[in-house]
Amino acid sequence: MGSLQLKSVRKSFGPVDVLKGIDLDVKDGEFVIFVGPSGCGKSTLLRIIAGLEDATSGNILIDGAEVSAVPPAKRGIAMVFQSYALYPHLSVKDNMGLGLKQAGTPKAQIEERTKKASAMLSLEKYLDRRPAELSGGQRQRVAIGRAIVREPKLFLFDEPLSNLDAALRVNTRLEIARLHRELKATMIYVTHDQVEAMTLADKIVVLDGGVIQQVGSPMELYNRPANLFVAGFIGSPAMNFIDAARLGRSDAATIGIRPEHMSLSREAGEWRGTIVHVEHLGADTIVYLDSEKTGLLTARLFGEHHYEADEIVYATPNSGQLHRFNANGEAIL
Amino acid sequence: MSKARASLSRTALVHAALIAYTLVAVFPVFLTIINSFKNRNAIFRNPMQLPTPSTFDLVGYQTVLGQGDFAVYFQNSLIVTVVSIALVLLFGAMAAFALSEYRFRGNTLMGLYLALGIMIPIRLGTVAILQGMVATGLVNTLTALILVYTAQGLPLAVFILSEFMRTVSDDLKNAGRIDGLSEYAIFFRLVLPLVRPAMATVAVFTMIPIWNDLWFPLILAPSEATKTVTLGSQIFIGQFVTNWNAVLAALSLAILPVLVLYLAFSRQLIRGITSGAVK
Repeated sequence: MGSLQLKSVRKSFGPVDVLKGIDLDVKDGEFVIFVGPSGCGKSTLLRIIAGLEDATSGNILIDGAEVSAVPPAKRGIAMVFQSYALYPHLSVKDNMGLGLKQAGTPKAQIEERTKKASAMLSLEKYLDRRPAELSGGQRQRVAIGRAIVREPKLFLFDEPLSNLDAALRVNTRLEIARLHRELKATMIYVTHDQVEAMTLADKIVVLDGGVIQQVGSPMELYNRPANLFVAGFIGSPAMNFIDAARLGRSDAATIGIRPEHMSLSREAGEWRGTIVHVEHLGADTIVYLDSEKTGLLTARLFGEHHYEADEIVYATPNSGQLHRFNANGEAIL
Repeated sequence: MSKARASLSRTALVHAALIAYTLVAVFPVFLTIINSFKNRNAIFRNPMQLPTPSTFDLVGYQTVLGQGDFAVYFQNSLIVTVVSIALVLLFGAMAAFALSEYRFRGNTLMGLYLALGIMIPIRLGTVAILQGMVATGLVNTLTALILVYTAQGLPLAVFILSEFMRTVSDDLKNAGRIDGLSEYAIFFRLVLPLVRPAMATVAVFTMIPIWNDLWFPLILAPSEATKTVTLGSQIFIGQFVTNWNAVLAALSLAILPVLVLYLAFSRQLIRGITSGAVK
């Protein structure tokens, strides 16, 4: 239980096409992440799957059944929102139980499921509190608990970590990963943060301009980006793009090299340049240099390195790790 | 105000201004109340004086309460005010929810149309309203007043409430939809509790003009059985002789119910007025 198919789903708001034909297959138990810059249509797509928004055309199938005309509560989904969206006047327990109560589930069963979910999320101590008496992280756990008790076919997450601070974000990320392992449920997760995408997903769907740019596992996207957009979006710092003509190459229009796939040397190398700025992060050192041949380059070196601004250095790309793109921005494999 | 930004002279000035305004606002009420406890001669000779043992007189209250009908007038006023407020809040909130929550053709136009009533006084339509009431046989009923006051209060209610409802998080409403709440349940159980301060604001702004209105009771329901307090007090004001004791006593009594309702709403009201500004 818990597969999802999207068949040429389109959405327009008046004259604006937000989604331009989305086809996607999500298998049972998969953790799929929609990632893309803001305004790419990823949240709209999630809301269409949830039934909060109607698709202009196309089909949505959950477990093989068409659900376009089914109201959100009957689709067998549960959703976790960025702003938690807890009912302010209900206790934690009632927040979690409301959906089941509306569906007419017997009281004992609600009780049992609430207990199980709150144990999973270590919320037992807070069951009688109101949302206002909880911290941000606890609130988000309640929101996740509210999704769990429904035992849905599909979990939908709409940027659930965006409102949390950095430390809490890591913890909650681990928690979500653990829940996915324990529940073996199908999860669809929207984020603009590629770190969340890379760390959680079985499968990443990169969206831009209302079109799926690439679907694949995190490492597939990292190692074999299908086009310039995916190459630039996945990986941090972003991939360096160099006009192939400046390098004198005719087999591609653009050459891409990731900052971590370059080495620097003071003595000799392929591209001579001046260091513009150095960022020391401890675990790695990020060097920005301006090269006559390639323009601005970013290099990521592991560990501590003592470079300073205005030094002359030579950058050399690792030969096997160059990416080539044609004039349309598509990868040449 | 924080200590760092407060200076003695500035605080003093602010307080002087506030105190001055309070005095100006409270003075007429104060004057009405003290004079309602004095005899007729004292009212005219020393209107500013507090009642003394020699001038203290309850004749005004005796006249008003002895009239017998005043209990009915009070009851009428209360029924009309409370039912009108309830209807204004209910329908105003529903219209505001529809305007702020649903996308439909003509949404903005509908909002403007409903707000038009703020700018056009309902009294301009008195003749047509009276004709309507005569035709439907509602003259001299409290229903007539309630209908008119509901219509009078709705534009402001829709205007204020729709602004507030836009601030209620979409995620919350969507969470309700996913949990299987109907649109009515979302409206009554999620949205209304969150806009309670705004509702109190609307209630107070609606209540005062209704309670104080003389125009529509005089035109639509002047019968003995349907008179409101404001209209009832007019019997003491004659063309040649005015029973000031009774008028002042009636006015003093009329303040009480509004005061009670106001206190009931006021805690919410202050939050309602400031929440838009400070947030």
